[in-house]
Amino acid sequence: MANRITIEVARYHPAHDEKPGFDTYEVPLRKEWVVLDALNYIKDHLDGTLSFRWSCRMGVCGSCGMTVNGVPKLTCATFLSDYAPGPVRVEPLKNFPVLRDLVVDTSDFLVKLGKSKPWIIRKVEKPLDEEYLQTPEELDAYKQYSMCINCMLCYAACPVYGLDPLFSGPAAIALAQRYNLDSRDQGANQRLDILSQHDGIWGCTFVGECTQVCPKNVDPAGAIQQYKLTATTEWLKALVLPRGGT
Amino acid sequence: MIFRSDPACLDTGFSGVYHRRSALMLDISSHDIVLIGGGGAGLRAAIAISETAPNLSVAVVSKVYPMRSHTVAAEGGAAGVHLAEDSLDEHAYDTISGGDWLCDQDAVEAFVKEAPLELMRLEHWGCPWSRDPNGRIAVRPFGGMKKTRTWFAADKTGFHMLHTLFQTSLKYDAVTRYDEYFATRLLVDDGRVQGVVALELTTGKIQAITAKAVILCTGGCGRVFRFTTNAAIKTGDGMALAYRAGAPLKDMEFVQYHPTGLPFTGILITEAARAEGGHLLNKDGYRYLQDYNLGTPEPQPVLRSMELGPRDRLSQAFVHEQEKGRTVEGPYGPVVNLDLRHLGAKTINEKLPFVRELCLKYEHIDPISQMIPVRPVVHYMMGGVHTDLNGATPMKGLYAAGETACVSINGANRLGSNSLPELLVFGARAGSAAAAYAAEQKPPGRHLLAQALDEEARLQDQFLRKTGGREPIADLREEMQKIMENCAGIYRSGDSLSGAAGKLQELQDRFRDIRLDDRGHVFNTELISALELSCMLDVAETIAECAMRRTESRGAHQRTDYPARDDEKFLAHSLTYRGADGRPRVEYAPVTITRWPPAERVYGR
Ligand SMILES: Cc1cc2nc3c(=O)[nH]c(=O)nc-3n(C[C@H](O)[C@H](O)[C@H](O)COP(=O)(O)OP(=O)(O)OC[C@H]3O[C@@H](n4cnc5c(N)ncnc54)[C@H](O)[C@@H]3O)c2cc1C
Ligand code: SF4
Ligand code: FES
Repeated sequence: MANRITIEVARYHPAHDEKPGFDTYEVPLRKEWVVLDALNYIKDHLDGTLSFRWSCRMGVCGSCGMTVNGVPKLTCATFLSDYAPGPVRVEPLKNFPVLRDLVVDTSDFLVKLGKSKPWIIRKVEKPLDEEYLQTPEELDAYKQYSMCINCMLCYAACPVYGLDPLFSGPAAIALAQRYNLDSRDQGANQRLDILSQHDGIWGCTFVGECTQVCPKNVDPAGAIQQYKLTATTEWLKALVLPRGGT
Repeated sequence: MIFRSDPACLDTGFSGVYHRRSALMLDISSHDIVLIGGGGAGLRAAIAISETAPNLSVAVVSKVYPMRSHTVAAEGGAAGVHLAEDSLDEHAYDTISGGDWLCDQDAVEAFVKEAPLELMRLEHWGCPWSRDPNGRIAVRPFGGMKKTRTWFAADKTGFHMLHTLFQTSLKYDAVTRYDEYFATRLLVDDGRVQGVVALELTTGKIQAITAKAVILCTGGCGRVFRFTTNAAIKTGDGMALAYRAGAPLKDMEFVQYHPTGLPFTGILITEAARAEGGHLLNKDGYRYLQDYNLGTPEPQPVLRSMELGPRDRLSQAFVHEQEKGRTVEGPYGPVVNLDLRHLGAKTINEKLPFVRELCLKYEHIDPISQMIPVRPVVHYMMGGVHTDLNGATPMKGLYAAGETACVSINGANRLGSNSLPELLVFGARAGSAAAAYAAEQKPPGRHLLAQALDEEARLQDQFLRKTGGREPIADLREEMQKIMENCAGIYRSGDSLSGAAGKLQELQDRFRDIRLDDRGHVFNTELISALELSCMLDVAETIAECAMRRTESRGAHQRTDYPARDDEKFLAHSLTYRGADGRPRVEYAPVTITRWPPAERVYGR
């Protein structure tokens, strides 16, 4: 293995750049280094002005999503050596406004997340000394969708979101579905309107780019397909029980 | 906020969507309570305020989006008495003996009583706790605990707790979030803390947020050391802000080393791996903990024994093994092996999936068939901002909760799985207490604006407009981390610590000549790194200073020159104040003993 690798990093500063460009750096190629280590090496030793987000460096906080050689990746979980002999190209996530360099504005997702009511909704709550029983099978029904780290890789990969920013998007729908499928929840009908109001959900094809890039095997594409089913069932229920059974 | 519909959007043909923007300068907003930190403690506090006083407006200021906070990385679980054969007194006793009698026992009693209720509240909010076949909450054993009482969500407990809290917090309209705002200073007027100055990362704008009360929930400071399980954001900012404003830091000499970190990255392999039955082996394949008064090896895990002993003792045992030449030499220094192979694929996949994922990803080994190389790693701060049982600091209007605070339930050594419930219990308490206090207060005073302008000028002068600095941030940071690791690690001595204190002072001087290449306003992460480094330097000085003054060995603080515990002199909390000369000044305060007089710590018997 060569001991250095070239890395091309997209640079953009809104105050003085008309257009983004690339800066090229040479960094050590170490077998235990992830792409994020290379970026930190650049920041610490070559160019202090490079901006990017990171925190946990263990694939769980969801901060470090970027486009690596064209594919959305968690840079703390993507090994540099997989791209040898290089060059490696690092760009911001697609489909989001770029704030600077590798930092994108994902605040739109948080608005959408809030609208999908990702919390337990119940008519009556149990007192605190009682638990809601939930068998391991009931837990498994929604567990996968609860694994989402909000890393936004699926939004960067989603062709529908790319064309239609009003689309709730894969993770917000997966998280809505996570609560719909939770045996403790009674709010599915309340989440329905918000998510299916917009055409987005019906515009989603079966292609499943989101699921392919998801680093946590959440399968948001599966959630979207299921959601369509839930939506249809809830509508049917609403027709039969106009006052809204759950 | 600018969205893509904005006409300024540039069509560049590049990956991403681009806008031009310029910076704003100073902005002022006002709330009843401002919380700094959106981790487990901060979010629990925010919800507590919204539920107990829905008319109060709450600001949550966080340097990262709340769900990125480091609570997300907690793996193993959260302790709270759950089974019929367990009792609050036993949880209290385990905690107090685990803390080598430096815990305040009134705080521990409140903690063990409220922990199960708080964990159940999280169950009601949707936390996906692991269950037994009948659907009841399952519990697992944990280090230093005599009964099985640790609630868990597989081995992603903190992740699920944080996302449950964050998602639940979205339903409260009274909570305004200041996401990606970096707090740089507390606003103090008339002896009362009345707000905070923060830097908005996306614009570089200075935001003065005034409030009747401030709650610090800024987490720990593991990044002061080189080798740590802690995320990049754990830089002790809240501790430094409180210290600079005049509040004392308590018991800062107690730094927890976790016995099982992955070499190179420092990524944690949770104690749950040992709770499920994992063994620690030296280079001869020998369960060496039996040589360190931690019990005799049994095939099945035994509570409060061997691999389920407390973290301080396990990390210390590693050092002795190393001295005896019985550790394995790895590419990143000595390691021992954590052996999970006998647990089998089913247990590993069901109970420890994240451990397997991390090993496969970062070590290229599969714990089903291979042993995991591990070594002790800085993990947790027992010390922090001094508070009472309601999170109140000695400064009026200032509260603290979570890892950044020291209510003193952890004493000289925290037990694994006591921190997550601590966030909930004392986050909620601080929230309610601050709400009650804020309801009595007048609106903030007018002098605050001048302070905010002053802070803006400081940031400009010291960093953004400064010319000719020579000291690279990364160099100073690395030197600090090396000093702390070499001089204030698992074993310390008077000599090593006074050396550290001197060197840290030099670094403080050199920090004044810091070099910044980035003078921009938008997302200036170099400026943030500089601000974090200055917080870490302050915190590091307090650690070295009170470690030097504590001439005894207790829990995680082990002095080679004073190997015994000295209850006569040091059954006391250290309180570190910032002196007029900027140097730390240490005082002592008594430990509260209610029902458990100091005794010997006994494990494995
Ligand atoms: C890898 C790992 C595993 C762990 N596992 C367990 C476990 O199994 N069980 C257990 O009980 N404990 C565990 N712990 C300990 C526990 O997770 C932490 O102590 C706890 O999560 C800290 O929570 P917190 O809310 O105090 O702070 P954090 O979650 O760290 O949050 C701090 C918040 O403060 C904000 N902040 C900080 N500085 C500033 C600033 N200057 N301006 C604005 N905002 C700021 C951050 O943005 C963040 O939102 C573990 C710790 C680690 C590192
Ligand atoms: S669904 Fe997967 S890719 Fe999308 S945000 Fe969640 S974890 Fe990331
Ligand atoms: S840094 Fe947290 S996911 Fe990569």
